Amino acid sequence: MPRVLGYADPLSVAPGEAIRFMVGTLDGPRRYRAEVVRLISGDTGPEGPGLKAERLATPIEGEHEGTPQPIDAGSYAIVERPEAFGALERFTLQAFIQPTRVPVRPEPRRQVIMGTWAEDRGAGFALMLDEAGALAFLVGAALVSTGVPLTARRWYHVAAAVDLAAGTVTLRQTPLAEHAPSLEQPVALTATVRAAASPGGDFFLGAAHRAIEAGRRQTTWHFNGKIDRPTLARRALTAAELAAAATAPSTAIAPEDALGLWDFAADIATDRVSDRSPNLLHGRTVNAPKRAVTGHNWDGTEMDWRRAPQQYGAVHFHDDDLYDAGWRPSLSMTVPADARSGVYALRLEADSGPAFWVVFYVRPPRRGPRAPVAFLASTATYLCYSNYRARMRPGPAELYIGALPVVDTTDLLLMHHPELGGSTYDTHSDGSGVCHVSRLRPIVNTRPTGRLWNLFLDLCLLDWLEAHDQPYDVVTDDDLHTEGLPLLDGYSVVLTGCHPEYCSREMLDALAAYLARGGRLMYMGGNGFYWRVSYPAAHPGMLELRRAEDGTRAWVESTGEYYHSSTGEYGGLWRRQGRAPNALVGVGFVAQGFDRSSFYRRTPASRDPRARFIFDGIEDEALGDFGVAWGGAAGLELDAFNPSLGSPAWALVVASSEDHSNAFQLVNEEMNVSFAGADGQFSPAVRADMVFYEHPGGGAVFSTGSIAYVGSLAHRGYDNAISRLTLNVLRRFLDATPFATP
Amino acid sequence: MFAIDPQRTDLALEFRRRPFGPHSPELQAVLNVLRSSAHCQNLLLVCTRPHAEWTLAEKQPGGRPPRLFPDLTFTSLEAAEWHAFRMRWEAVTGRALPPLDGA
Repeated sequence: MPRVLGYADPLSVAPGEAIRFMVGTLDGPRRYRAEVVRLISGDTGPEGPGLKAERLATPIEGEHEGTPQPIDAGSYAIVERPEAFGALERFTLQAFIQPTRVPVRPEPRRQVIMGTWAEDRGAGFALMLDEAGALAFLVGAALVSTGVPLTARRWYHVAAAVDLAAGTVTLRQTPLAEHAPSLEQPVALTATVRAAASPGGDFFLGAAHRAIEAGRRQTTWHFNGKIDRPTLARRALTAAELAAAATAPSTAIAPEDALGLWDFAADIATDRVSDRSPNLLHGRTVNAPKRAVTGHNWDGTEMDWRRAPQQYGAVHFHDDDLYDAGWRPSLSMTVPADARSGVYALRLEADSGPAFWVVFYVRPPRRGPRAPVAFLASTATYLCYSNYRARMRPGPAELYIGALPVVDTTDLLLMHHPELGGSTYDTHSDGSGVCHVSRLRPIVNTRPTGRLWNLFLDLCLLDWLEAHDQPYDVVTDDDLHTEGLPLLDGYSVVLTGCHPEYCSREMLDALAAYLARGGRLMYMGGNGFYWRVSYPAAHPGMLELRRAEDGTRAWVESTGEYYHSSTGEYGGLWRRQGRAPNALVGVGFVAQGFDRSSFYRRTPASRDPRARFIFDGIEDEALGDFGVAWGGAAGLELDAFNPSLGSPAWALVVASSEDHSNAFQLVNEEMNVSFAGADGQFSPAVRADMVFYEHPGGGAVFSTGSIAYVGSLAHRGYDNAISRLTLNVLRRFLDATPFATP
Repeated sequence: MFAIDPQRTDLALEFRRRPFGPHSPELQAVLNVLRSSAHCQNLLLVCTRPHAEWTLAEKQPGGRPPRLFPDLTFTSLEAAEWHAFRMRWEAVTGRALPPLDGA
């Protein structure tokens, strides 16, 4: 495994601009070597072009001393007003909670709901779940527990009324009435404690302070689950008051008693936590816990948090959430003014271990010449897949792959270092889906090695452009989201990657506007423009995804939580939101399988004079029965033409794939009622359609409809039907002569 | 429920000749069983030398790293698939596959 990791910021940088690299070593300090390279082709092995990386001379090239940089994963909220929470003798903590790991396994531990507990000082107080998952209160050396574990994924009102002067703590855990029957009863307990009032300290919701290490806060005892309406009162409520509060709609307390009334329903799109008490003890969330989640009083009458914020007063915390690793910059440089646009990486090596690739992108000069062709790097998709662990966890992956999952030793880093966080294909430790992913952490699997997927496979396209001496620029999804049409304006042709699956509304709008003004778009892949993602303004570098309603989903979004917290947008498939990919690129996702790729066969429509340029010089009827992506140009994930979803009626399906394996299954959004015979050996619907259409704006669209396609470009020294066909399209698309619609 | 007929070694031979699809419907049925069985579904391959060497491993619950079997290292994906097939066949049918066509 690599012994050195890192990440870059920013992700996309222009010549003459600065970029920083945060580098950390594993298992102690060690020397490492750094080198910046421009990536041309990935390590496809002997069947393909192989790794091609062009060194870029930079001042940071060479040997460096590295040290470990910790990652404090786990989300929480913090109120950094330590003076407000000191010397409390009489107080009451209350919240509605829905725990999701009870107890934590395999190694039981505490989970803090709220308090000031600081593990390094052994001081403070905390309302929490103990190792068994029972409600407990900790103050100084005293621990009181109800001794009755809560049930995962049920809502409770929990409270601790504390009177240190009298030496008593009253705990109460009350299961709330829900639709599912339950035999649980409220548990109330008053115990005698001997403890002095705690000194001041930061107030945490969902974790406890562990220590300060290297100047950075480290936390512990993270809570898994939802916390709703946490409050802190400045007196010990009576047992009768606690019982009444348990059935009240809110834990709100009288203003004169309130020390803190935290309102998670406010500021949902941000990291702010507002205190509604007169003390204004506002806080902030850390590591981007999930907001816009259903609260204890959600009744199903509203699905949109903006329409019923009072029912969305909870935050879902996870012990493995991660937003910003917060590493100190180790290396920085200015990209040379004459650096050509491209995909770059800082290659890190230590102790003869495999290289760790920190990928970044050099865009064209902001006010300089541009190439005629832009490659739109699918950075949103790369990020959604970043630190993908699912194939290494028990589950049915082999049944949909059609072969044994394959990982490499670099991938194994993820299982040895859970603090690196997961991808949107993974679930949190409590089983809920990962809906936030951030680039501000080391990313193990966006690289030119390992699984031939995403960036690695996209490099096959860049390698092909280089082989044909075609100048190109590299721009990213992130740039497109931020800048819109002006980023693309001026390019004769825009090429997508092989799998631009995730995109924001802003990205779709920009591509549509590019076509409307005559642009030419080559969609070089499959399963593109499928899921809506958003870029939260409050969390630069992060993406939000809600796997709502339908689709091929690694997990299923929680009911009532389909709307993005960051933008209020309805999450899920673009197909379910009036913007199916078919309307943009003529095809949409229909099937997937990962054991062997197949080939296309020309259709009668390929003889249409409108398509003649595509097949100029091509005699073959079968196209692409070769390639590094599992042996064919049609494979992995497939898209088909479908006018009912918006594919332009005048579009030409010039080739369709056939003879896919049994592993290829029709996706569930293509089946209203499950039926047999839906695999590649039985169903003609399991196919990739290669589509061309002229856009009313004067430009045109060409779509391959297959992720595997670009893996065939380099076959036989780039002299093959797929390469020729692609070159034919590219050359005509570069020709400024407008396309006329039929 | 479908059960594998251990006499149908012809299907094993079909898999050995073509471990990556398409498969006959009968072989696919066998694979569905072998890959679904609770006691043998959690295998994966760890590439230990790019394009040259793969080690069989077993996924672990609880987020723990896979357990590698250092003695089960292969120089092709096809060989690894065939070994996993034979392991599972024996686990599910209770009978080891006999040598097939010289295998």
